[in-house]
Amino acid sequence: MPKDGGIGASTKRREDIRFLTGTGQYTDDINLRGQAHVAFLRSDVAHGRIKGIDTKAAEGMPGVVRIFTGADFEGVGGLPCGWQVTDRHGEVMQEPGHPVLAQGKVRHVGDPIAAVVAETPEQARDAVEAIAVDIEELPAVIDMKAALADDAPKVHDDLKSNLCYDWGFVEENKAAVEEAFGKAAHVTSLELVNNRLVANPMEPRVAVGDFAAHSGESTLYTTSQNPHVIRLLMGAFVLGIPEHKLRVVAPDVGGGFGSKIFHYAEEAFCTFAAKQLKRPVKWTSSRAEAFMSDAHGRDHVTKIELALDADNNFTALRTETYANMGAYLSTFAPSVPTWLHGTLMAGNYRTPLIYVNVKAVFTNTVPVDAYRGAGRPEATYQLERVIDKAARELGVDPIALRRQNFVTEFPYATPVAVEYDTGDYVATMDKLEEIADISGFEKRLAESKARGKLRGLGVNCYIEACGIAPSNLVGQLGARAGLYESATVRVNATGGLVVMTGSHSHGQGHETSFPQVVADMIGIDASMVEIEHGDTDKAPMGMGTYGSRSLAVGGSAIVRATEKIIAKAKRIAAHIMEASEDDIELKNGQFTVAGTDKSLAWGDVTLAAYVPHNYPLDELEPGLEETAFYDPSNFTYPAGAYACEVEVDPETGKVTIESFAAADDFGNIVNPMIVSGQVHGGLAQGIGQALLEGCVYDENGQLLTGSYMDYAMPRAEDVPFYKVDHSCQTPCTHNPLGVKGCGEAGAIGSPPAVVNAVVDALQRAGHTNVMHIDMPLSPSRVWKTMQG
Amino acid sequence: MSDITINVNGKPVSGPVEGRTLLVDFLRGAGLTGTHVGCDTSQCGACVVHVDGKAVKACSIFAVEAEGAEVATIEGQANPDGSLNVIQQAFQDHHGLQCGFCTPGMVMSAAALLKENPRPSEHEIREYLEGNICRCTGYHNIVKAIMAASGQDVSAIAAE
Repeated sequence: MPKDGGIGASTKRREDIRFLTGTGQYTDDINLRGQAHVAFLRSDVAHGRIKGIDTKAAEGMPGVVRIFTGADFEGVGGLPCGWQVTDRHGEVMQEPGHPVLAQGKVRHVGDPIAAVVAETPEQARDAVEAIAVDIEELPAVIDMKAALADDAPKVHDDLKSNLCYDWGFVEENKAAVEEAFGKAAHVTSLELVNNRLVANPMEPRVAVGDFAAHSGESTLYTTSQNPHVIRLLMGAFVLGIPEHKLRVVAPDVGGGFGSKIFHYAEEAFCTFAAKQLKRPVKWTSSRAEAFMSDAHGRDHVTKIELALDADNNFTALRTETYANMGAYLSTFAPSVPTWLHGTLMAGNYRTPLIYVNVKAVFTNTVPVDAYRGAGRPEATYQLERVIDKAARELGVDPIALRRQNFVTEFPYATPVAVEYDTGDYVATMDKLEEIADISGFEKRLAESKARGKLRGLGVNCYIEACGIAPSNLVGQLGARAGLYESATVRVNATGGLVVMTGSHSHGQGHETSFPQVVADMIGIDASMVEIEHGDTDKAPMGMGTYGSRSLAVGGSAIVRATEKIIAKAKRIAAHIMEASEDDIELKNGQFTVAGTDKSLAWGDVTLAAYVPHNYPLDELEPGLEETAFYDPSNFTYPAGAYACEVEVDPETGKVTIESFAAADDFGNIVNPMIVSGQVHGGLAQGIGQALLEGCVYDENGQLLTGSYMDYAMPRAEDVPFYKVDHSCQTPCTHNPLGVKGCGEAGAIGSPPAVVNAVVDALQRAGHTNVMHIDMPLSPSRVWKTMQG
Repeated sequence: MSDITINVNGKPVSGPVEGRTLLVDFLRGAGLTGTHVGCDTSQCGACVVHVDGKAVKACSIFAVEAEGAEVATIEGQANPDGSLNVIQQAFQDHHGLQCGFCTPGMVMSAAALLKENPRPSEHEIREYLEGNICRCTGYHNIVKAIMAASGQDVSAIAAE
């Protein structure tokens, strides 16, 4: 292993130095010469018809450069959707237009109506106040089931209804599932809500558009998880700028959690306005704007039913889910409740028959799209809650019921179209029982009782599909993109490497972990490897970072490119050492000829590649730079088992997390320290969903949780030290690193553990009628439940 | 508009401000972009600086209120030789940051905490950080880093 850390070392993060000294370069830190500032006028009603916009007074305000409205965007494309779902009747989904600035109607609070460009941000905000908009308010549709009523107001007048699609999966199994339910010895059913969340990366979104008149080139600096995707979507579908005239840069990005995957109106606006005005145009979101313009997450209402035979084997599962799309289709929104959700309904279990129905619904709310886990937390939550309820109804141990139904042989083809390549769910459950000290629970229960507190234990499993995704497969499922990743490895003459990757790091530590991989392969110090990311002018192409795909897909592309580098370097070494290429070995950064004492250092060979004095020019090009595109052949399937212990205050209903343990199988691990950190962060988000967070609209579509005063973010006091373990490792069988991905597990696996634990606490305290409480389990909800 | 001068990290920083200009916007406008803005309701703590030795959310006071004050920001926290100070080093050693956006505020809050309570318990740290939100780390490694920075043995706290 390289002395400063190869694969498997908890190397300290090199990017920390700039973040700890205030020298990070986030998008809002970019200020271009001559830049103007944008403020958006946003709708304050959920649904309305724009009768008129009077900008005259605002135009005369100090510093105002120009005011744009929807009329300025009439010839411009709308924001595209990247995924087309086909419904259970073979019809494609209803796909409404999504203008950059509202055209005719506003459809959610926060929908942008006009934009003021001014010399300073303050002047822009002042002028927004002076714009007079005449809006005829229309009845809003907020509740999903009400939105599907025949006489419901339509969010989009040109669509048939508010139903985006009615998806059935696997439709051919529907009858067999019904039959299995008819034969079941026991059926457990549960209705639940997967609460609407706001991703809330700590850095609000920012966009800076620039236009170089001399070259005709546009540049967008933006807070994105995937700058290449933004270049493609904005360039090809919205503004009509070809890739060679458009550069998108996402520098240091302060967290994303999915919300920075999507192409947003403000990005297109700043790029468009910069070209119109021939000067840079900058927009920085306030947190209030973030709440009403960043895509939200989750928001599913589900009925799930589990059928069991007389021996408690799972025989069938069926679900009906209403999934909120919000007012428009965000970039990947249609895929979340379908292919990222239905395909995971088998969980860790051998349920032979599964049918999933999802109705996606338009409402007058902010668009909903992927948030950490994206579909997989929704699948896990309902499945693990219904299993817990079944165990309670049957009077069996919830861990034993899970173990009895585990998938134990791999590869395993589920009845919902995916094939788990590898896993060991017994091992992760064993590990969980050990680290969570499950057998010691009764003692801790007694201690809590002695202190007047109720105590509960909740356990669950999860599986996720990561390493998104095989292009062949997702193409068949409606993706309008390939989901490969690219990497270019450039070796400099003096031996240092620059790795340009389409993956994007916004907290995941790629600048540290990716060099560990390359350094390990070559046998040089990781400090000789530099990662470049976040700039479409550097990496050739990229699909970005989401779906726990960076190491599994982006890392695999880096491995493939590095293999090409090593192969070429060996050919150069063979020539210089006058040996057969097959006899060249590379170890610890030294090329040797098998069976001889000849050797060349890494740097000698890289220098020869660029100073080709004695070089086989007729066989090999000078230079040492290679590119690889890697397209995965399957998803990866991280899995694990989680346990949560809570105390409930019987007087107030307040829940405290006493302990949380996570046993994960991520396959091989490059940097254990970073992996643990990813799990910690996911757990806090999952605990936040379970206990604190909930995005609330009133019946008129007013956003009641529009700031950190109203939306409860997890604070340090709300969470404990976590016990995490990833020693159970069944390597992925189909990518070169054997890695599975770890970014979302914590957020996927933790909500059911918390809710299971609270229900357990209440049951143990004699509230035997309590089978479920919807998230977030706020003190008032728990207290009311305890009052019966 | 009025011209003000604030001593930031020991050096005078001057500039014109409006009455409504917040201290955080003045600092960022002066190129000290290490201090971040993560909300508009003084909840998130990404903008914590020290004003005359006290931790202050720089979004919660006007720049004019800090005229003549000694302000310390993240840019002035490293040791004179440029190496990380004890708190910064502990954050790196214990992976107390991921995206880095809340980090300047966390480090400045941690410094203020350790000044008034040199050996805080886990509970005291969590309570003190009530006004600093982190969305990445789940706080585990932040709390651990602050305990380590205060000289406490953190080897028993689950590491990886």
